[in-house]
Formats: sequence, structure tokens, C-alpha cells
Amino acid sequence: MLRYLIPLGLFLVLVVFLAIGLGRDPHEVPSPLINKAAPTFRLPQLKDPSKTFSAEDMRGKVWVLNVWASWCIACRDEHPFLFEYAKSGAVPIYGLNYKDKRDDALAWLGEFGDPYVLSAVDLDGRVAIDYGVYGAPETYVVDKKGTIRLKHVGPVTPDVWSQNVLPLVQELNREGPTE
Amino acid sequence: MTCSRLIAVVLLCLLPSFAIAQVQEEERPSDDPVIEQRLAKLSHELRCLQCQNQTLADSPAGLAADLRREIREQMKAGKSDQEIITFLTNRYGQFILYRPRVTATTYLLWFGPFVLLLAGLAVLFRYIKQRRDLIPDRPLTPEERRRAEELLRARSRKETA
Repeated sequence: MLRYLIPLGLFLVLVVFLAIGLGRDPHEVPSPLINKAAPTFRLPQLKDPSKTFSAEDMRGKVWVLNVWASWCIACRDEHPFLFEYAKSGAVPIYGLNYKDKRDDALAWLGEFGDPYVLSAVDLDGRVAIDYGVYGAPETYVVDKKGTIRLKHVGPVTPDVWSQNVLPLVQELNREGPTE
Repeated sequence: MTCSRLIAVVLLCLLPSFAIAQVQEEERPSDDPVIEQRLAKLSHELRCLQCQNQTLADSPAGLAADLRREIREQMKAGKSDQEIITFLTNRYGQFILYRPRVTATTYLLWFGPFVLLLAGLAVLFRYIKQRRDLIPDRPLTPEERRRAEELLRARSRKETA
């Protein structure tokens, strides 16, 4: 009896491991930046390059940073949802325009609409390296103290928004800025 | 599958790679050969996170070019390889290393195969020992020999009958 049960048991263990492996997204790499201070930057704004935007400007506020580009196909899928999230007023969404041409980026926002409070221009992708960006779109939730609390790689689908982002944002908004 | 369908499937599989095509400026190698040598060595140890199964040295992805530029600049600024690796793992995590560090979370990865090997050897030795016990290596007693011959005789009689 045992001589049949042992291989069967081993087989079942293998099946469980493979099933877990299949269910995971290999592009989902855990970010070491979670619960670390959001890297500082000062970048020109897309619509008005004479003005700048810095993560420091957002101290005391819960905000979302969304990395996007006009060449990024998945950003196009995400875009209509971002619009809805922005309209709900739950949290301000700021854009980081990643390695894009200014004209292309402006045309893209003109065509699909602009859900962002503003977009900062990361022309050579240096700020994106600081944020560990490896596949746009990427989305970060930053708390009042300027700490990164969530990173999502890939489009923020309504499921991701309502299950991961929104509850976190609501919780962070309840926190005091000096906690 | 017809040929055109096959082509369609191949094209569909290639689609994600178009998604990461982007504005790319010309990559400028450093004029310092020492830096280029160090970069070549280091970037073979690092993973391109955009394509995951390529090293930073081999990858044509935009991010890989950006990271090579970053590494060149840091080398020029006098940073050691270790400092650069720390810079990268602080941003992209251990996953960027092709040779993961030996830490509590990677013990299974590093030592698991050896544990499996030892377990396999243990099973093999037990099996060999069991077999040795099953097949005793000793001559038959006169009584056993007599019974064996009797059995063989009975059998050959039955066959000829």
C-alpha cells in the first residue's frame, strides 16, 4: 500500500507547486520600495514645462503616481478606468510621462482625455529607475509622510482599484500626517 | 493548422514585445575601455526586468539601455561594482540578480537540489540493502536441495505426460 501512496503523495505535492506556479504572474516582481520613502525628484510639467513638479510638493497628502507613455499599449487599456477613478475624487492621480516625446504625449492626452492633475516629464527615464519602473503602466500609492505604500505593475483594472487601491487610500486618508 | 493561421499565431505572440517598443536614443558607449569591460562583466550578472530571460548585457529593451547608461555613469563617478549592485537591488529587488544571494528566503533555492540528491541517495542505499536481505547469499542446505530436485522432477514429469 505504502509503495503506491508515497509516489502518489509526491505527485500531489508536485501538482500543488505547479498549480501555484501557473497561477502567478512572472511579471509581478515584489518591489523593495514598499514602505520606503518615495524617491525625490523635480521634473518639468508636461503641459507647462516652465513649471516643475516634485514628490515633495505632495507632503501631507495621499496621492497616486501613474507611470504612462503614449507608446505604451497597456496604458491605453487602463486610461478609461483612470478617468473614472479621477472623477470619483477619491485620490488625486499624478502622471509620470515616461520616455515619451512631448508632442506625442500631448496628442495622446488630447485624443483620450487627461485624467491627471498634472503629468511630470521623465524624458530619459532616470526618475523611473529610482522608482524601479520596468513595465509601464505602473502605479504607486504614496501616503502623507511621502512613503510608498503600494506598487502595481500593469493596468489598474476596476478589480485592482476597488480591492487594493481604494481601501488603502481610504485607510491612509484617516491617518494623521505626522503618524 | 494552415500556414496563414500559424503566422497569425506567431504575430499574436510577438504582440507584447511591440508594447515595450519605445523612444530610443542612440546608446553611447563610454570612451574608457576599463568601464566598458567592467560593464560587460557586471551586466552579464544582471537581469533585464522588461524581458526577464535576458541579461542586461544582451537585452535591446529601452530599460536595459537606460540601466547600462546609469551603470556607466556610476562607474565613471568611481562607484564599486558592489555599490552599483546595491543601488539596483534597492530599486528592483533581488530579482535583478541572476545569481540570487544566499539568504533565508533563498536557502531552498540554493540547497534544495542537494537535499533532494541526498534523499535520493538514501532511498537508493535502502533499496540496495533491502534487496541484499531478500536474496540471501548462502548455499542450499541438503534438505532444501532434495526438495528443489523433487519439485523439478515433478514438473518435468508433468510436461512429458
